[in-house]
Amino acid sequence: MAPPSSRRSGFSKKQQYSVFTGYLLATLGALLGLGLLALSLWQPSTFQPLRGGATDIAAPVGEASATVRTGNASIWENLSGFWRAGSQNAALRREVEVARIRIAEAEAVEAENRRLKALLGLATEQGDTIATTRLVGSSSSSARRFAYIGVGSSDGVEIGMPIHSERGVIGRVLETSRGSSRVLLLTDTESVLPVRRASDQTVAFAEGRGDGLLRIRLINLGLNPLEVGDVFVTSGAGGYYRPGVAVAVLSEITADGGIAQLIAEPSATNFVVVEPIYEPAAVEASGVRERDELNDEELAN
Amino acid sequence: MIDRLGPPVQRRAYGRGGINRVTSPWRANSVHYISILIGSLLPLFALADVMPIMPPVGYITFLAWRMMRPGLLPLWVGVPLGAFDDLFSGQPFGSAILLWSVTMIVLEMIETRFPWRGFWQDWFTAGLGIALYIVAAMVVSGATLTVSLALAIVPQVVLSVLLYPLFARAIAWLDRFRLSRSRRIG
Repeated sequence: MAPPSSRRSGFSKKQQYSVFTGYLLATLGALLGLGLLALSLWQPSTFQPLRGGATDIAAPVGEASATVRTGNASIWENLSGFWRAGSQNAALRREVEVARIRIAEAEAVEAENRRLKALLGLATEQGDTIATTRLVGSSSSSARRFAYIGVGSSDGVEIGMPIHSERGVIGRVLETSRGSSRVLLLTDTESVLPVRRASDQTVAFAEGRGDGLLRIRLINLGLNPLEVGDVFVTSGAGGYYRPGVAVAVLSEITADGGIAQLIAEPSATNFVVVEPIYEPAAVEASGVRERDELNDEELAN
Repeated sequence: MIDRLGPPVQRRAYGRGGINRVTSPWRANSVHYISILIGSLLPLFALADVMPIMPPVGYITFLAWRMMRPGLLPLWVGVPLGAFDDLFSGQPFGSAILLWSVTMIVLEMIETRFPWRGFWQDWFTAGLGIALYIVAAMVVSGATLTVSLALAIVPQVVLSVLLYPLFARAIAWLDRFRLSRSRRIG
């Protein structure tokens, strides 16, 4: 099909000008987009109010789709089980899976208890949950891995709070607006989480790879002590996540650690819990400044 | 303007009877925009935790409208529509404004170069556009670019390109709805 002849400008000055103006505006629009893109890559929070407001409006629809989604998931599980007593089978399997994670976490708690007893008298306090909600949406067509939850700053959610499901860590809050928040999932390439092996004190970083797997990088390089099947839990270092929550299972060993699979898959969760930041005091007490420069007093000495 | 709202069409396509057929100006001027906005919203409600699997529905709808009805969308339309898409896509604000505007300009140039088109050429152009868009969106998304990330978008690209003819069909149906008879005079 050829383009309609009405778009040929011919000898009409008015037509020619309007075609020219169209090109001009489109080019200016592209340049505007380039500028805005550079600005939002440089200062990611610049357009947060705009985006947050939009997500606030869309979140209620997401609630509905989240309800439908969990319904679908259970139907799928039922189908995937044996058609006779399929639902029972699926439910039991899920329960066993959760129980396995709980055992791994219990081991982690035990190991931590031993360590704490060794340190004597150092107590960790476990905070209450801030809110219970559903994941109402995600950036499913983008290369970034964000999810949206249906609670925001009006429910007491703050930036940096960890998000857990009943299986383990989902991610942490990146941006909040009044009625919704953006969550950085563990699989995002910008997500780094301090973890340790559940059975001992081997510490590592779990970095997202962007394709659904986590890369485990050992902090102490040397002989790689990891084995396939090792469960990793949060170590509590850094102060965001409380220690001992399940994160990932190792599936492949590399030179500096391994590749691990998520334990808590966001799409398989029904409800998620927003927890308070584990110990902001720990971060403050560690005395890390945003820019490490000497202040006037220190310079005077 | 008249031939833009009611271009020469086969009579039977828009309801029985060729004569006495008035399109609703509201519908004729809004259906394409509304469908693109809904397309931008849709990926938000799918939960993808592992890798980007949902096709960029907003962009494909936009592209399909542009291919099906050249001249219907003004050249600068990438700015408002792209801004709306950026609010929900999880991309840094401005990426869709840039990429959609560039798409409009490039398609305009391609069209002046190759005015006659067919199904396969349309699919080829659109498929190339979609693939380039997804790759470009990954580059500007702010994610650390790794081999595993590049591999992770392959299924999304393949799915999106394969789905384009279906989108084109859906847009054709919407276009028929857009220009169908709204009322009978007299």
